Amino acid sequence: MRPIWTLVVGAAMLAGTPVLAQKSAADGIAEYRKMLEDGNPADLFEAKGEVLWKQKRGPKNASLEACDLGKGPGVVKGAFVELPRYFADTGRVQDLESRLVTCMATLQGLDATEIANTPFGRGEQNNVTALATYVAAASRGMRFNLPQAHEQERRSYEIGRRVFYFRGGPYDFSCASCHGEDGKRIRLQDLPNLNKNPGDGIGFAAWPAYRVSAGQMWGMQLRLNDCYRQQRFPYPGFGSEATIAVSTFMGVNAKGAESIAPSIKR
Amino acid sequence: MADPMRIRAQAAGDKTTVRVLMSHEMETGQRKDSAGKIIPAWFIQEVSASHNGKPVLAAQWGPAVSKNPFLQFTVKGARAGDKISVTWVDNRGDQRTDEATVS
Repeated sequence: MRPIWTLVVGAAMLAGTPVLAQKSAADGIAEYRKMLEDGNPADLFEAKGEVLWKQKRGPKNASLEACDLGKGPGVVKGAFVELPRYFADTGRVQDLESRLVTCMATLQGLDATEIANTPFGRGEQNNVTALATYVAAASRGMRFNLPQAHEQERRSYEIGRRVFYFRGGPYDFSCASCHGEDGKRIRLQDLPNLNKNPGDGIGFAAWPAYRVSAGQMWGMQLRLNDCYRQQRFPYPGFGSEATIAVSTFMGVNAKGAESIAPSIKR
Repeated sequence: MADPMRIRAQAAGDKTTVRVLMSHEMETGQRKDSAGKIIPAWFIQEVSASHNGKPVLAAQWGPAVSKNPFLQFTVKGARAGDKISVTWVDNRGDQRTDEATVS
């Protein structure tokens, strides 16, 4: 998989070189990404998510149309750009995916713990990913505006900041090791500075996204899972307080950024 | 029945651009799973498109086409309101047909 992808990027950049010799590497990549945008397979997941939202499922044979994602039961548009947030019924701050699992458990009677323990790409996790894609798509183009009115939301932000800077694992990496400064890059990947708003459609504002090289739809939980894998750090667990807190930290920092989710990635 | 395709058809003058996104694993038959066993080939072999019932495109695909294939083509003489229908058949004999109206 990886060598073929590198070959394609190389070919695309080589093809561009004779026409515009002054084009930078970043421009070449931006052009390649533009070409990929049409026919984003994320659309397929969005369609699947919409079907799942309305479909009666589970032991309670109910749909998710009464699910409260923070803006009232059944309100999908605008919910994504205000997550994570505090929910009174569960008494904690939740991100999109953990909130979807809560609704799947309370409304449909599915087993929340079992879903959380299911690996990404299997069983109900696929459905959670599709639902997350659908909910995110409903807020496409809107700007992030996470609430920080509740004490728990502010607490989540502070925990998130500490998690962001916490160095651990065999390389002693923290999130900040890669995402703590402006203008950093790893191989050919620009690294957004997640201490602040990195810009429209960048960082927190670009996920969920379809990862072409893996042929997979990634929600923020899987994106964080992969971050921890790259740090050689044990994944804190699906829907864990640590991952939700880091999402709160990034989301609040990205206030005002335009969401392009679901987007497409290499 | 496989997942639905997303078809968009937009008319611009005499030409209509049709964009189709198909949901399909497109296994080449050359990959191995973690146990070392070959994952069987499973890919779309035939694609056909018709405009108001008249065939306008026929394609024969192989394992080189990627997962969740995206197909774009232009149809001459299609106008808003016309029906574009796309069908695929894979090597297992499964098939899927979806329709869209030209906008």
